[in-house]
Amino acid sequence: MNLTNFSIKECHEGLENKKFSSKELALAYLEKIKKSDLNSFLNITESLAISQAEEVDEKIIRGEGIGLLEGIPCAIKDAILVVGEKCTAASKILENYIAPYDATVIKKLKEQGAVILGKTNTDEFTMGASTENSAFGVVKNPHDKTRVAGGSSGGSAAAVAADEAIYSLGSDTGGSIRQPASFCGVVGLCPTYGAVSRYGLIAHASSFDQIGPIAKNVEDCKTVFDAIKGKDPLDATSVKQEISNFKLSLRGASNQISNLRIGVPKEYFAKGLDPEVEKIIKNAIKKAEGAGFKIQEVSLPATEYALACYYILVPSEASANLARFDGIKYGYSEIRNPKSEIRNLLDVYLKSRGEGLGAEPKRRIMVGTYCLSSGYYDAYYKKAQQVRQLIRQDFTKAFDPSADGVDLLFCPVSPFPAFKIGEKADDPLSMYLADIYTVAVKLAGLPGLSLPVGKIGNPSTGSGQGLPVGLQIIGNHFQENKILSVAQEMESMIQ
Amino acid sequence: MISKDEVIKIAKLARLELTEKEIEKMQKDLSAILDYFNLLKKAPLPRQSFAAQSDGGKNSNLRKDEVIVQKREVVEKIIQSAPDKKDDYIKVKAVL
Repeated sequence: MNLTNFSIKECHEGLENKKFSSKELALAYLEKIKKSDLNSFLNITESLAISQAEEVDEKIIRGEGIGLLEGIPCAIKDAILVVGEKCTAASKILENYIAPYDATVIKKLKEQGAVILGKTNTDEFTMGASTENSAFGVVKNPHDKTRVAGGSSGGSAAAVAADEAIYSLGSDTGGSIRQPASFCGVVGLCPTYGAVSRYGLIAHASSFDQIGPIAKNVEDCKTVFDAIKGKDPLDATSVKQEISNFKLSLRGASNQISNLRIGVPKEYFAKGLDPEVEKIIKNAIKKAEGAGFKIQEVSLPATEYALACYYILVPSEASANLARFDGIKYGYSEIRNPKSEIRNLLDVYLKSRGEGLGAEPKRRIMVGTYCLSSGYYDAYYKKAQQVRQLIRQDFTKAFDPSADGVDLLFCPVSPFPAFKIGEKADDPLSMYLADIYTVAVKLAGLPGLSLPVGKIGNPSTGSGQGLPVGLQIIGNHFQENKILSVAQEMESMIQ
Repeated sequence: MISKDEVIKIAKLARLELTEKEIEKMQKDLSAILDYFNLLKKAPLPRQSFAAQSDGGKNSNLRKDEVIVQKREVVEKIIQSAPDKKDDYIKVKAVL
């Protein structure tokens, strides 16, 4: 029996009916990970996984009931702390850093009996759209190993797509869950800002960062989201607000599909969008219309400013967040380098950071420091904050029921499918452009999901296999359940 | 185009030691990125300003500024991570 292609629910049933044990499951996945050449994992947490699995197996033997996630193997992005395990954020500066505590999401998953297989590869400090910024090598796309898996949660997406984990956790600052999910053909949810605790997530840009699930299908994604969400006293920006318990009813007089309005933002179909991607997205929208959803065009006029606004605010926040890597408290330090010529404290800072940080974090620290420096603050940082407000207003209007607003928005996740390894690696600006459809959502703190809706015939492998394309479903704040219900409906329509 | 001296000045403010090659590449990359930001100049002002959104701290989520006692075990792990230490103290080089 192939143990590595079940959904969470199938796996749960298999465990309950004793068709296989949690340990057998974990061992099957661990073997697969070790044989893999995708580079999706930076660290395999084998003894943790086995001890967690054995605990669940004992419970099953004792005849105790188990929860849905109990005994289910998962993978965690290496920017999220798991106590006692290395957490590198794919940076040389944290190469030997051992997490001193569990992130809140990990605490929650452990309480629910999760089996943690390992830590997945990412762009350094989650800064990138391809994992080419990882200090430990790029993640290959399981659909075409000459192409990137996307980023920054490329390891988390590739691991799920290649059945190296049943589900994974990623983090999304500007598209880092949705874009790799789209490139790898899996489902990824970036929750509303504040819906999931960020405690124990290595900070990139604190007013944007959000942890979310990546899974093979929408139902699994919802199961994991439900397991990790909620207010946390250790994260002041997490909120208590009730997540709407929206459920789509499809039968009889209460059929809600025809009451649901889907907006298609025209600015997301402008030039720069790959025609093949456009065809697949439009086809998915047509299917939704055929099923009864009301489709209407909407306008988000500030869209053209989103990327510039994002790439001012995020590096500004990152330049402050990364100040903690100073060679004093933890991580790489020149103090430990016997050949180093350090004269004073400043030398420790300069040399530890100069040696330990990679090109992209350095670039973003420089951009952020520039935008925040006196003389440039008003022109860049303050202006970008105003534009952020403008972008929020666009979405508020689009979702406003009193102004003919919609329930959800449908658009592409990425303007193109997975690109070739190396294609954009030397040109930071062209890499930034990969985020064009995912950053506005984050500027407004909204939830968004990537749902695989088709494949493009891949010229480099022939038309047999294809490159996945994700549909982005965006909702208003805390409307995750509306997004997930509609995504599930779309999922069954497209299969 | 941002000047080489500006790159060096920003790098020092940011506490980053850059090699000659890195400075050159940074000059090129930063210039392209900052040029792109000029797009925002033509953006209109929002209806409500960013500052007007703030509630003056009334509904703040921030916790009280007080010492929260950590478990000894966590404290030890955190001190262990420091590259240079003595007993429960983290050592630093002389400031000057």
